[in-house]
Amino acid sequence: MATRLLAEVRQVTKHFRGQTAPAIDQLSLSIAAGEVTGLVGPDGAGKTTLIRLLAGLMLPSAGQITVCGDDTLTGTNQLRHVVSYMPQRFGLYEDLTVAENLRLYADLRGVVGRERTEAFERLLAFTALAPFTGRLAGKLSGGMKQKLGLACSLIHTPRLLLLDEPSVGVDPISRRELWRMVYELVDEGIGVVWSTAYLDEAERCATVLLLNQGQQLYFGPPTNLTDRAAGRSFLLQNLGQSRRRVLSRVIRRPEIVDAVIQGASVRLVMAEGAAAPDGTTLGAPHAVVEETAPRFEDAFVDLLGGGPKYESPLGQAPDDVLTEGQAVVEAIGLTKRFGSFTAARDISFRIPRGEIYGLLGPNGAGKSTTFKMMCGLLKPTAGSARVAGQDLHRAGGAARRRLGYMAQKFSLYGDLSVRQNLDFFAGVYGLSRQRKRDAIARVIDTFGLVPYLNQNAAEIPLGFKQRLALASAVMHNPAVLFLDEPTSGVDPLTRREFWLHINAMVEHGVTVLVTTHFLDEAEYCDRIGLVYHGHMIAQGSPDELKDAARSLERPDPTLEDAFIELVEHYDRQAV
Amino acid sequence: MTARRFDPSRESDTWPAWWRRVRGLSRKEMIQIVRDPSSYLIAGLMPLLLLFIFGYGVTLDLRQVPVAVVVENPTPEATSLLDSFHNSQYFIVRQYAHRAQPKDDMLAGRVKGVIVLADDFSDRLGRGDSAPVQILVDGSDPNTAGLVLNYAQGVWSNWLIQETFAHANLVPTDRLKSLVYLEPRYWFNPDARSQNFLIPGSVAIIMTLIGTLLTALVVAREWERGTIEALMTTPVGVSEFLLGKLIPYFLLGMGAMSLAATAAVWVFDVPFRGSIGMLLLVTALFLLTMLPQGLLISTVTRNQFVASQAALIAAFLPAFELSGFIFEINSMPTPVRLITYFLPARYYVTSLQTLFLAGDVMAVLLPAMATLATIAVLLLGLLILKTRMRLE
Repeated sequence: MATRLLAEVRQVTKHFRGQTAPAIDQLSLSIAAGEVTGLVGPDGAGKTTLIRLLAGLMLPSAGQITVCGDDTLTGTNQLRHVVSYMPQRFGLYEDLTVAENLRLYADLRGVVGRERTEAFERLLAFTALAPFTGRLAGKLSGGMKQKLGLACSLIHTPRLLLLDEPSVGVDPISRRELWRMVYELVDEGIGVVWSTAYLDEAERCATVLLLNQGQQLYFGPPTNLTDRAAGRSFLLQNLGQSRRRVLSRVIRRPEIVDAVIQGASVRLVMAEGAAAPDGTTLGAPHAVVEETAPRFEDAFVDLLGGGPKYESPLGQAPDDVLTEGQAVVEAIGLTKRFGSFTAARDISFRIPRGEIYGLLGPNGAGKSTTFKMMCGLLKPTAGSARVAGQDLHRAGGAARRRLGYMAQKFSLYGDLSVRQNLDFFAGVYGLSRQRKRDAIARVIDTFGLVPYLNQNAAEIPLGFKQRLALASAVMHNPAVLFLDEPTSGVDPLTRREFWLHINAMVEHGVTVLVTTHFLDEAEYCDRIGLVYHGHMIAQGSPDELKDAARSLERPDPTLEDAFIELVEHYDRQAV
Repeated sequence: MTARRFDPSRESDTWPAWWRRVRGLSRKEMIQIVRDPSSYLIAGLMPLLLLFIFGYGVTLDLRQVPVAVVVENPTPEATSLLDSFHNSQYFIVRQYAHRAQPKDDMLAGRVKGVIVLADDFSDRLGRGDSAPVQILVDGSDPNTAGLVLNYAQGVWSNWLIQETFAHANLVPTDRLKSLVYLEPRYWFNPDARSQNFLIPGSVAIIMTLIGTLLTALVVAREWERGTIEALMTTPVGVSEFLLGKLIPYFLLGMGAMSLAATAAVWVFDVPFRGSIGMLLLVTALFLLTMLPQGLLISTVTRNQFVASQAALIAAFLPAFELSGFIFEINSMPTPVRLITYFLPARYYVTSLQTLFLAGDVMAVLLPAMATLATIAVLLLGLLILKTRMRLE
């Protein structure tokens, strides 16, 4: 299919008042109809700004943007009829029902009469939202909101569809459905721009723009970029020792640009021109080194200069070291009913000391309910949640002081300075006087927060927000750490830094319970529990789960394949 | 079951596109008003609460003020005047025999004034000398002090007249030159009930609150929830977007005014002497000055909390203190009085008090309405200038 030029960005620069560096720096690219153009890059790279420029919501400080033949400066009115845009939070009115949202956007886009009837039928079938037309948008799950947002932007079929991080906070199944829908649109000839922090999604785009600090690092088909890492990606298998310890060691070696945990193995990306890795030099003499196919992420991290290359200073052991091997965190038959609805049914698992346990599941499956019962935020209808043998609901304070909790989106006080946030959280965890001063001084030192102490938490860079959130959660040296979607919407480099700290703590005996939608993150877990329809439908190590999904057609399934296979298998059995 | 109610084909397609967009936005806004409990609180409960506070709680009339009456020499005349004070509904009397005694009560605020009938009260009265009665008032509360003074003089005058008629031979009539018989008549408010002008005034306060506080939240809310971004990429124009916000809150405001005016007449017995048509007209003009103000605050702040604070300070407080609703504009210092000319609430308070108490007095209403219309046009123009269908 001949690609038609849909939008053109020529030498565009965008400055924001009060900022010295431009958000977009002399960028030029073209967007074609009938394909997906992926927009990837670390946080703050300028992805959202570029999308807003394309939508005509902002005007370039210099340069020119033409969309569907119209300049975004002079042709805004024509632009509004051919471009649809779904902002990060989907642009839905949460106090309006599904039908009311659709009707509003139909009114605004002038879709009436027969055309409207047809559009609604088509979109409700397309998104499978027909049974929920009377439900408030705010009461929908993340995946359903995203579908409704998409439906609203497709009421009047646009020529260019702009999607800003549509898959943040959305489970793998909904993500896969979204991609199916977008491919259908692309087949109709619509051009789609999709910005994302998930690099596996970049591989599904026809063209990828890799942005960093407003500048183009790469523009072209993703495979061409991936190929740059060819012959440099390796798996270190059968380590014979803790993979976290191996990781923390290899990560600092100059010839290695990137290293992550993948199941029981460590994945390495070697620097250009470096020799193949050797187990002995890496301190794992018995390890099997095997070359593996490069991923987009390998090339991405390489292009951005590699992952973090330092050792986490979080070396201190928790105050109350628990006996080796003892189950530190335990869920025994946890059940939660809301009226007649059972959100979680008989969920049990054990996390031994110094392990990471991941709770996975689609939106609305009961994962969050389980997590909240574990934290003691929700009282179970039956069963108990124990930390170090103590029931969280009976022992209360004593058991809870051993917990560190990091909530979704960091839950910092944006209007308080970094120091005031630390002060507050130290108080919350019951530290006072000298112990409080010591704890605050320690985390400021550990996480390098000194340059930002007097800035408001809302204004510091995302990587530092993450450090501050983690600092607040571990200030009291907890033996157990609960993390709720800790890296949702965070770029791969910031995520690596986060796990560097978590791994260091786990090596020193801290026990971690984490929920995530991000399946690469789940690879860091020692064991995973998959929650679906309120049940624990599978438990095991990442490799065990992948084994369950292995088939002739799919000899090397990803964790995401395994996730979807297990959920679908459960659905088939239930029918 | 909801699928049955949802029938998109009902929508007619004969309307022009811009009106369909305005209608769609207004409908969305109305649904949000209906589903948001805080809009009931502000538009429904708060007006009633304010009406009750001003109707029952606040009164500017004097009733049962504690005063001390010093009778140094209990002659029949002095005792008779003392009785007059006792019988007055305005005062509660503490009686003393020496003028030094009530000093402590005055200091402690237990009495608001001291009336001294001196040793030679009867003698001076008999001679027709001036000021046989000394009145001391607590000046720390000038408003009450003035009232106490007036009312005490009233009691004294009344008593004097009664005495004159009862004992026509007490003093020769030619000596009673100070005795002018005053019979005050309060026009438009014969009972001099302060409620009669407080309640129409409080309707203006209520309309200020609804007009600015609710609208100050709505654009900021769209910014906070990110919905405005999606809206801006649709073909909606600035004036359509603003109409979509103005129409629902205009209707809500008119509804709240009707509720408040009905309560004023039926619950608080405030007379209504004007015409309903003029009431609606002047209210409509006032709302057109308030709604753009709220939207302007909302558009500039983009933050609900800041917007609500700004609306309280920029609209509610001036309306409360500078509109002539409670405090007399004529007694304000000149700079402050000049400010009041720019306050829409000032013209609305005057119009409402006129409509309720006097009637359709065009000489008052027409200039007020002309001023309101001018302010409305200016604010709407500013609002259109400040509203952009872009993020910057």
